[in-house]
Amino acid sequence: MPAEIIETNQTTFQSVEIDPVTLDIIENALRNARIEMDATLVRTAMSPGIREQGDAFPLIADPSGKMIVGQFGSFIDGFLTQFDGTIEDGDMIFLSDPYSCDGAVSHSNDWLVLLPVFKDGRLIAYTAMFGHQSDIGGSVPGSMPINASSIFEEGVRIPPVKIWRKGEYNEDLMKLVMHQTRKRDWCQADLNALIASCRVASKRIIEMAERFGDDVYVSATQELLARNHRAMKALIAQAIPEAKASFEDYICDDGKGYGPYKIKCTMWREGDKVILDFDGTDPQSAASINFFLNENMFKMFFGIYMIMVFDPQILFNDGFYDLIEVRIPEGSLLKPQFPAALSGRTHALGRIFDILGGLLGQGTPEFLNAAGFSSSPHLFYSGWDTSKDRRDWFQLFQIGFGGIPGRPLGDGPDGHSLWPGFTNVPNEFLERYFPLRIERYSTEPDSGGAGKHRGGNGIHMTYRFLADGEIAIHDDRWFVPPWGVNGGHPGARAKKVLERADGTSVIVGNKVEDVPVKAGDLLHFITWGGGGWGDPLERDPDLVGLEIRQGLVTPEGAKAYGVVADEDGAVDTAATEAMRSKIRSERGDLPLFDYGPGIETLRANCEEETGLPAPIQPEWHDQMAEAAE
Amino acid sequence: MGYRLGVDVGGTFTDLLLFNEDTGAFWRHKTPSTPHDSSEGILNGVEAITQEAGVAASEIEYFLHGTTVATNAVLEGKGAKVGLIVTEGYRDVMQIARSFVPGGLAAWIVWPKPQPLAHLEDTVEVPERMGADGDVVRDLNEDAVRAAMRKLKAQGVEALTVSLINAYVNGAHETRIGDIAAEELPNIPVSLSHEVLPEMQEYERTLSTVANAAVRPVVSNYVSNLRDKLEAQEMKGRLSLLRSDGGLMSSQKAEEHPVNILMSGPAGGVTGALWVGKNAGVKNILTLDVGGTSTDVALIEGLEPRRQRTTEVGHLSVRASALDVKTVGAGGGSIAHVPELTGALRVGPESAGAVPGPVAYNKGGELPTVTDANVVLGYLPEDLLGGSFQLDREGAKKAVQTIADALGVSLMEAARGIIDIVNENMFGALRMISVQQGYDPRDFAVMGFGGAGPLHVNAVAKLMGSWPAISPVSPGVLCALGDATTRMRTETARSFSKLARDTDVSELMAVLDEMENQTRGELLADGVPESAITSEFEVDVRYAGQAFEVPLTIDRATLEKDGIEGLLARFDAEHLRLFTFNMETPHEIVNLRAVALGIAPDLPANELPKGDGDPAAAKIRDHTLWMDGEERAAVIYDRAKLKQGDIIPGPAIITEMDSTTLVENGCTASVDKVGNILINLTEEG
Repeated sequence: MPAEIIETNQTTFQSVEIDPVTLDIIENALRNARIEMDATLVRTAMSPGIREQGDAFPLIADPSGKMIVGQFGSFIDGFLTQFDGTIEDGDMIFLSDPYSCDGAVSHSNDWLVLLPVFKDGRLIAYTAMFGHQSDIGGSVPGSMPINASSIFEEGVRIPPVKIWRKGEYNEDLMKLVMHQTRKRDWCQADLNALIASCRVASKRIIEMAERFGDDVYVSATQELLARNHRAMKALIAQAIPEAKASFEDYICDDGKGYGPYKIKCTMWREGDKVILDFDGTDPQSAASINFFLNENMFKMFFGIYMIMVFDPQILFNDGFYDLIEVRIPEGSLLKPQFPAALSGRTHALGRIFDILGGLLGQGTPEFLNAAGFSSSPHLFYSGWDTSKDRRDWFQLFQIGFGGIPGRPLGDGPDGHSLWPGFTNVPNEFLERYFPLRIERYSTEPDSGGAGKHRGGNGIHMTYRFLADGEIAIHDDRWFVPPWGVNGGHPGARAKKVLERADGTSVIVGNKVEDVPVKAGDLLHFITWGGGGWGDPLERDPDLVGLEIRQGLVTPEGAKAYGVVADEDGAVDTAATEAMRSKIRSERGDLPLFDYGPGIETLRANCEEETGLPAPIQPEWHDQMAEAAE
Repeated sequence: MGYRLGVDVGGTFTDLLLFNEDTGAFWRHKTPSTPHDSSEGILNGVEAITQEAGVAASEIEYFLHGTTVATNAVLEGKGAKVGLIVTEGYRDVMQIARSFVPGGLAAWIVWPKPQPLAHLEDTVEVPERMGADGDVVRDLNEDAVRAAMRKLKAQGVEALTVSLINAYVNGAHETRIGDIAAEELPNIPVSLSHEVLPEMQEYERTLSTVANAAVRPVVSNYVSNLRDKLEAQEMKGRLSLLRSDGGLMSSQKAEEHPVNILMSGPAGGVTGALWVGKNAGVKNILTLDVGGTSTDVALIEGLEPRRQRTTEVGHLSVRASALDVKTVGAGGGSIAHVPELTGALRVGPESAGAVPGPVAYNKGGELPTVTDANVVLGYLPEDLLGGSFQLDREGAKKAVQTIADALGVSLMEAARGIIDIVNENMFGALRMISVQQGYDPRDFAVMGFGGAGPLHVNAVAKLMGSWPAISPVSPGVLCALGDATTRMRTETARSFSKLARDTDVSELMAVLDEMENQTRGELLADGVPESAITSEFEVDVRYAGQAFEVPLTIDRATLEKDGIEGLLARFDAEHLRLFTFNMETPHEIVNLRAVALGIAPDLPANELPKGDGDPAAAKIRDHTLWMDGEERAAVIYDRAKLKQGDIIPGPAIITEMDSTTLVENGCTASVDKVGNILINLTEEG
């Protein structure tokens, strides 16, 4: 049964003519309201994940639930068809279960607050925001067990419920929820922050409606949707061919020994409409790397890539959704069946952007970027700190960064974030509040793929643990490298090494749980580099020499550019010329995409190159059977 | 007493304002800036203004100066070549920065890779380590330090910065490296991070220290050159520079800590607005400084401007106090366009700048700008005062017509549309500093200045519901006025990082006392007499775990009387006001600051002769302009001839040497006793 919306005022909004200036003013005001949501959140949240790293996403929608401003597209329509209850003035909805909202949030850590905005008895808008909670209970600190077999291991699951019902706070409900987490103070503060953000936006919407009139406000939102529809229609006709084009990329493994998982997308146009079909994507995993991909969210990602190029000032909204059809096979990695575990979805979510870039860019190589939108590498470290003569529980969840790919614009920045708004946590902050020392925080030389424009280097971060505890690591791009384009080389792969206080050293997997560490142990957490862009032999040798002096490239790494130089970055011009012409004569045509040696070769050399056993090819049949257990 | 001279050097003009401290009489002058050596323009101006006033240069007691020299050194990468010494393992601290890429999803595709202010090849590591508690984890390897310095010396660094991990807790290793530098690099200035900014967060501390070192030689050359030239002109008065936080600092001090004058330019307008507000009896002010390419806005509450802990320069965020000035890319030169794809009307952020400029200026501009729309609508009369400068209205019409055609509306509707959009952009910026900070704009007046502020201030006041809209005296040189009328200021900050329950008043006071002595000492050294110095404290409080601190101003007596509980109660109230909720989480006292202030000069404003309320004597001519959907009759007045008490019904235009004030339909302007124009909604009936 769909949700029942209760309005005390039955007058429908009148569609009125909007002059272009008023429309642009309302568009601007909505944009400002969204910025205000972000600002409110960051200032009041407490978990480093939201506070420092900005892992949260706002939304303002029209009365039918279509997103007018935001980043991830609206889920409200899907939610309304599934929600068996009423929506009334004074209500506020709270949820976290991906299976109850059609993947609007894609793992239970993302808590979502939805506020229907009523004005004079009529529903005039929705505001919503979701943010990543650092702990919601479950089998491991951080609540994202990579090896979970089902969502029941991943902490508290919240179906759509009302925190406020007609203005009355549901205290018992919140007590029950907060009782499930290991970090009640963070969850409470972060939830307050989400609520405060939604309330701020709701206030702004009512002010706008008062200023312009309800009918004008609502009509303006409809015109903004229509404007996007028109713009996208023109773009699609212009940029998307009727012939089919495909692109595929991989998730390296699932932490249970299977991998790599292929994600494949095929795109073509039929009339005004674009079809994006994920047929050929590998089956869902028995572990938690599944990404429950909401179709509307993918439409939004697609739209953002398209619109950015032509009128970056335009607000992204849902107006163009009926121009795009997304097909995702049931039971695949991107549409897993309940109760598949979902907490480790970050890798596939990130990989979707590399796939979009490759899919859309292959027709226009001059606009094509290399790969590097790997994922958000995670480190968890928890235990009891006894250094202050008492037992203090500590729990760290940290998101790492890697190399931004080489781009038509130039080199990829080293050790930066591809996610909007994310920043690192200052190391002095970490050392002050957690029992650890960061002994090295640098970029990893040569990890960025060689190219005319170099891929950004990954980060080499060395943790000295000062208390016994357990760590977990979630990272990817350790097996299948981030590809280069237009002759650029792939970036280096991720790697993790644990140096024990007793002098032994082990290579650790990139998706591991419950690894015990002792005070004094060292962890080297090395992330991937971005792929290179363009022919590395066209890079200025003096620039390569400078980057040797800067420690970003080594003399050995310079050879990938056909540059011969010493430790001080002094370039041997004659030797460089000779080396470059030798490489030119021996190589064939430059490939549009350089994926590295290919899956089978990677598999064969895996143990030797990475120190880790090669993952086992996932099979549709076996995996389904396993998931059904 | 004598004269105070305020000088503001902008991109196009150098503004001067000479102030008689006894009578409040003042003279203003505008002269073209001389970017190759700003002191030339300044001296031209000084000569002209002293001549006009009949004052000898030697009678000028204070030379007070707002400058963008430090800002430009950072923005244009013209700072010194800085060598940076860091803890082993942290060479890339500036390269990685905070890993932050601005913009939304996919914005990384178009974000240029920034180059660190201290180049990576000039950054070297030394073995050493402090723990987070200040204990030495690893001794400093002095041989490695000397080797590093020799390397940097060979590379030709002009300044040295030392920024070690956890130096904010224990700066001993930095100090030792400073001592070694005195031996190894005797002629190179050294900046230590724990001295420049003793606060947590390695990137911000390093950046602030490097920024300071990078602009130091530039500022130092600039100041000493200016000082020499002024002295050659018999000007022996005290030279002070305007800090980003709106206070003054001696030029010597500015040479040492130029990081404090990075936003000297925009701060002048705000301090000018403060002085005007004092004389006009208005305490809560939103400032609107509209220039050619951008608009700066700030908030003043109770005659106290809002400050922030960071100074934003380009993409860099330096930890030094600054007035909370927000900038939007909306000004007279902002270009209007209609993207084909969406058919939306956009104004800015692209600007025609000074060259080619708006079409109406006849300097080669072809694209329609905000100024052109103002000309088309009749808000900017074609013959500016004195008739020395004729605007090309026909050209402006032709340009704006392209927008009208693309939108399918009339010429006048298109022109007003451009004005409405640009006003809306200014409104958006003002909301960020008011509503978003929990202030109700209806409790504030809006003051428009800069070349185009008085043209837009009335319309923006309408949007904000902020009255009156104020066009201050000499809106075109308000920055220079601000330079001339503000007071000396210095401050120091420290990380405290303790839960409120784990500390007490005496521990707080012990640290604050020490900081107070330090700041008072600095002002004493700058020649401010002991009796003229007042001290203030600021304490940053947050709920433990939050990233956002609320700064609370406090004095010794209140702290001793109300205790820490009093402080926390104020924090809770402020948090509730800002974010609508409180928490049970313990409070953390994060940072402490001490501010020492010189005495604010009591500078009277010059009174205008009293009139009878009728501005007829100032009338230049009748005029028509387009407003609220139709052609309307209006009157143009000469501001110099207005008397106090004059009442001007809108629509009307008031012109003066360098600015034009627009009174909108349905509004009425009145002239206060010192010449400020206050605009309010016309009362019904």
